[in-house]
Amino acid sequence: MAGKSEPIGAEQVAIHPKAGPIQLVLLAVIAAALLVAPQFLYPIFLMKLLAFGLFAAAFNLLLGYTGLLSFGHAAFFGGSAYFTAHAVKVWGWPPEAGILLGVLGAAALGLVMGAIAIRRQGIYFAMITLALSQMFFFFCLQAEFTHGEDGIQSVPRGRLFGMFDLSDTMTMYYFVLAVFIVGLLVIWRFVNSPFGMILKSIRENEQRAISLGYSVSRYKLGAFVMSAALAGLAGGIKALIFQFATLTDVGWQMSGEVILMTLLGGIGTLAGPVVGAGLVVTLQNYLATSDFPVTIITGVVFMVCVLVFRRGLIGEFFASKLGRRLGFRSES
Amino acid sequence: MTMIFGIPVQALMGQLLVGLINGSFYALLSLGLAVIFGLLRVINFAHGAQYMLGAFTALLLLTVGGVNYWLALIAAPLIVGLFGAIIERTMLSRLYKLDHLYGLLFTFGLALAIEGTFRYFYGASGMPYAAPGALTGAVNLGFMFLPIYRGWVVIASLIVCIAVWFMIEKTKLGAYLRAATENPALVQSFGVNVPLLLTLTYALGAGLAAFAGVLAAPVYQVSPLMGSNLIIIVFAVVVVGGMGSILGAIVTGYMLGVVEGLTKVFYPEASNIVIFVIMAFVLILRPAGLFGKDA
Repeated sequence: MAGKSEPIGAEQVAIHPKAGPIQLVLLAVIAAALLVAPQFLYPIFLMKLLAFGLFAAAFNLLLGYTGLLSFGHAAFFGGSAYFTAHAVKVWGWPPEAGILLGVLGAAALGLVMGAIAIRRQGIYFAMITLALSQMFFFFCLQAEFTHGEDGIQSVPRGRLFGMFDLSDTMTMYYFVLAVFIVGLLVIWRFVNSPFGMILKSIRENEQRAISLGYSVSRYKLGAFVMSAALAGLAGGIKALIFQFATLTDVGWQMSGEVILMTLLGGIGTLAGPVVGAGLVVTLQNYLATSDFPVTIITGVVFMVCVLVFRRGLIGEFFASKLGRRLGFRSES
Repeated sequence: MTMIFGIPVQALMGQLLVGLINGSFYALLSLGLAVIFGLLRVINFAHGAQYMLGAFTALLLLTVGGVNYWLALIAAPLIVGLFGAIIERTMLSRLYKLDHLYGLLFTFGLALAIEGTFRYFYGASGMPYAAPGALTGAVNLGFMFLPIYRGWVVIASLIVCIAVWFMIEKTKLGAYLRAATENPALVQSFGVNVPLLLTLTYALGAGLAAFAGVLAAPVYQVSPLMGSNLIIIVFAVVVVGGMGSILGAIVTGYMLGVVEGLTKVFYPEASNIVIFVIMAFVLILRPAGLFGKDA
């Protein structure tokens, strides 16, 4: 990368690992809100929001904390949705096993794609991940088990651990909520681990990290696989929520969407991608009833975000006076 | 009937021609991408949209203004080039000092907005654009029938590719361009208007994409999404060739087009992924690309 250009995500601010009382109160409020939310809002919509929030957070693990822009995350999300749907529907696996298969499948895909893509950096990395995910898209288009254009439909939700009947919407909601929280905790723990610190150092100055003796490619690959696996977790629950898996989930538009969610909410913040996902999903819900195409809005929001709003909503909030007074601080 | 490797010669030659035509578009588009990337350090995701804009401009010029193909072949690239220049001047130029990934994201948003708008007004289905009268029909080459328009596509794209290569490698303007690629600050201190050079370069790239679009209009149908899948393949072509050389982009474009065409003959199932597979192998064996200089 030529010149002294700022690495992507360097404008980020994040909740400090040692959360203060205000943050804990905020977290408690949000948790309580999520617990009672299905009483007031359509549960399927909320579950969609949680699934995409987790997807965006997983994507951000790579972009925000490692500085790698993957343009192919739909492969992990949609791939896992296919694996889970197939295992549950055709093989009759219980939901937890189906999701596990989805996660493992996404991680394996991530290992292969990552191993190839990390051979180049920056802009090439983005193009390579895009091309590889498009290859996976064509594979899904032609493979038998994905049923081509039809997708895998009417996937049964089954009984979780043989005890909880997930066909009940409320039970399903709390299961999705639990998965979402566990997923975010894993990301939080990962980002604040020594491994995560090394990732940040690679983002800030790769040459320096190499000279310090870190095997940079191995760390990058680790982050890539981790991000892919978590995106797979989101894809797996998505397949159970909507009870289908289709080509839309593996297309490049989906990869673009998750980038937008992250950018809009705030690259490199824990909460940003979730907020961004919420906004995008809500917007899509509203526009679904009108004949105005979502892509125009998506495109324009993308351009505006990149031009004048690179910190994203949460990033701007953390950097604002109010945000600082509340104890959020700039990390870098 | 003559056979080669158990395949009829006519089928082989037919697919070879299809491959050569696809290769012509890959070459034109990856050339434009390489020219833009060389100077601006921006991967122009909107390249596919600009290709589509070229085809649409030709179609609209014909249906609304009655402008014929030959004039459109010149006018459409100019119009789209001007559009590109405005985009570069007003928006894209603000991103140069940031991480290059922002340029990719910006042009991605631009592509979505353009394609969404055209889809809104013209629907997703394709519209036919007739080839000009002088180029219809076919000639018998003895071993196969060659549709004249398809032959024209290959020749026209070759001429333009060589002309652009000549301009960049052999003319004074090209020398400025190459110098600005190496060290923009130094070139500017010699009194060359580098920001203007950047604008012109982006306009040139967009114009090349539009030229490819007009060429493609009679071959494929004109549709709002005609560029969006193509651009991903062109990205793979660019990765295989490496951004290092203009000539590399051209050669790789034609080569991969032909390889794709041959795959359709020998193993049709793999024809739409063969370029991506080649990309993966090139990355493993030679990460900088076939013609790339930087690692």
